[in-house]
Amino acid sequence: MSSPDLDVRYVANLARIALTDEEVATFQGQLGRILEHVAQLEKVDVTGVDPTAYANPVFNVFRADEPHESLPKAAALANAPRQANGLFSVTKVVE
Amino acid sequence: MSLLTLSLSELQARFRADETTPAEAIAALDARISDVEPRVQALLYRDTEAALALAQAADVSKPLGGLPICIKDVINRQGDPCTCGSRILEPYRAPYHATVVQRLLDAGAIPFTRANMDEFAMGSSTENSAYQVTKNPWDLDRIPGGSSGGSAAAVSALEAYAALGTDTGGSIRQPAALCGVVGLKPSYGRVSRFGLTAYASSLDQIGPFARTVRDCALLLNVLAGRDSHDSTSLDQPVPDYTAPLGRDLKGIRLGIPKEYFVDGMDPRVKERVEAAIKHYESLGAEIVEVSLPHTEFAIAVYYIIATAEASSNLARFDGVRYGHRAEAPKDLMDHYLRTREEGFGSEVKRRIILGTYVLSSGYYDAYYLRAQKVRTLIRQDFLAAFGKVDALVCPTSPDVAFKIGERTDDPLKMYLADIFTIAANLAGICGISVPCGFVEESGKKLPVGLQLLGPAFGEEKLLQIADAYETSTPWSKEFAPL
Repeated sequence: MSSPDLDVRYVANLARIALTDEEVATFQGQLGRILEHVAQLEKVDVTGVDPTAYANPVFNVFRADEPHESLPKAAALANAPRQANGLFSVTKVVE
Repeated sequence: MSLLTLSLSELQARFRADETTPAEAIAALDARISDVEPRVQALLYRDTEAALALAQAADVSKPLGGLPICIKDVINRQGDPCTCGSRILEPYRAPYHATVVQRLLDAGAIPFTRANMDEFAMGSSTENSAYQVTKNPWDLDRIPGGSSGGSAAAVSALEAYAALGTDTGGSIRQPAALCGVVGLKPSYGRVSRFGLTAYASSLDQIGPFARTVRDCALLLNVLAGRDSHDSTSLDQPVPDYTAPLGRDLKGIRLGIPKEYFVDGMDPRVKERVEAAIKHYESLGAEIVEVSLPHTEFAIAVYYIIATAEASSNLARFDGVRYGHRAEAPKDLMDHYLRTREEGFGSEVKRRIILGTYVLSSGYYDAYYLRAQKVRTLIRQDFLAAFGKVDALVCPTSPDVAFKIGERTDDPLKMYLADIFTIAANLAGICGISVPCGFVEESGKKLPVGLQLLGPAFGEEKLLQIADAYETSTPWSKEFAPL
């Protein structure tokens, strides 16, 4: 579980964050120490223990399927960095 | 000054007795902010005109009629900024009200000023804000705690009577302790998170800061309850949380978790907390030792689960629908990479990378799944303890406020200081920090916080127990020498 194989630049790329060489070096050291601390969880016997996703869980929460007002289009678009024709403008995806 | 040092409840009584008005209270706060804010830097936004307009129309007979409340800058209020302490949301204006803001408005309260915070609530010192470093009002060279450091400092510096904060691993209780105010983290599911910008959805909870326990109870009366917009808010009755205040502590059993009195904590903090426990005995409570055996694993579990959830939640900041967008991207990948590089600060990048790693293929079982199982054991520790006692009593933080810049290079050291607050979020229980005295350092008084932890949805008794201490000790009547 200790992680000599944490490749910071690779994981940052998965998370879509560009890093400078300096940041990669700093994070590599800092995250390495954090993962060393985290490795102590190996000591805990978790045989037969169920995982907890929510501490006070609820299941099958439904509301009545009734139409109601939603955010007006203009309000939804108001924060868009770029918009055109009443739509969000997205950087080109296909060639 | 005399108007400013009132508690929220006292201010309400003056409104109702026609001795002062909401507009006068806003004006007093506004003058105070202009005076101390250049030194404290607790606030990111102030719209006095809008607050005065609400004050003119205020109905003081409503539950919170005319009472001004400062809001942490991570909770949306329609038309206001909501930067989350991040550059990536600098241009953003909230398109709707968070449920808690709507509830405050419906109860007649006046949202006034927005509080600084660690970026996306990630931090324990408010030094991770992209905008400014908030100072501790008791010693301006020190941090106010975090991530709700602005909310705590604003109440402590008399820039606000009360404030909303959020607590994911101690972000209400720890700054409340370090700034000498009261801070309540409700049970998970007690208060709606709709309109709160998510950090770690299974841990986040909104709660109040105030000068007194009674004020927190007054606010919780309005904040608590099921919300159809948040499926994790539970359908549990909302009692009048002020009703049990003032009752004696006969028959109350308080547990002292032995794992919360560890080597390495400031011995002066330990001494203050032990004095508080003695005080509880003198009030008639029975004190028993209890054990929470998995305490030492709480920080490791937290920094896996919280970062995993954060990496997923913060994927929404993509430069398309809101917030910062990189200039002239050459393709979509470049758009994402630079938008997020430019928009996020170091701590946020560090946590997103850690969270992405622990969720990634091949590591999920070793980190995330194992952490979720240990979380179960931590929760069971508390369930067992609450089978024997009504509440747990311990320090909120192992230290008093540290100097600005002292821990910024060592994230792990910063994380380890959250040892006493983090388990409550993992277990979903409620907790409160109340002032329990001071430690003197270089001629400055630094506040110490007493933490009380109660079972999930046990806020009534928790507030009663906290109020009994607070109203029989002088600490909450002292104000920072600004």
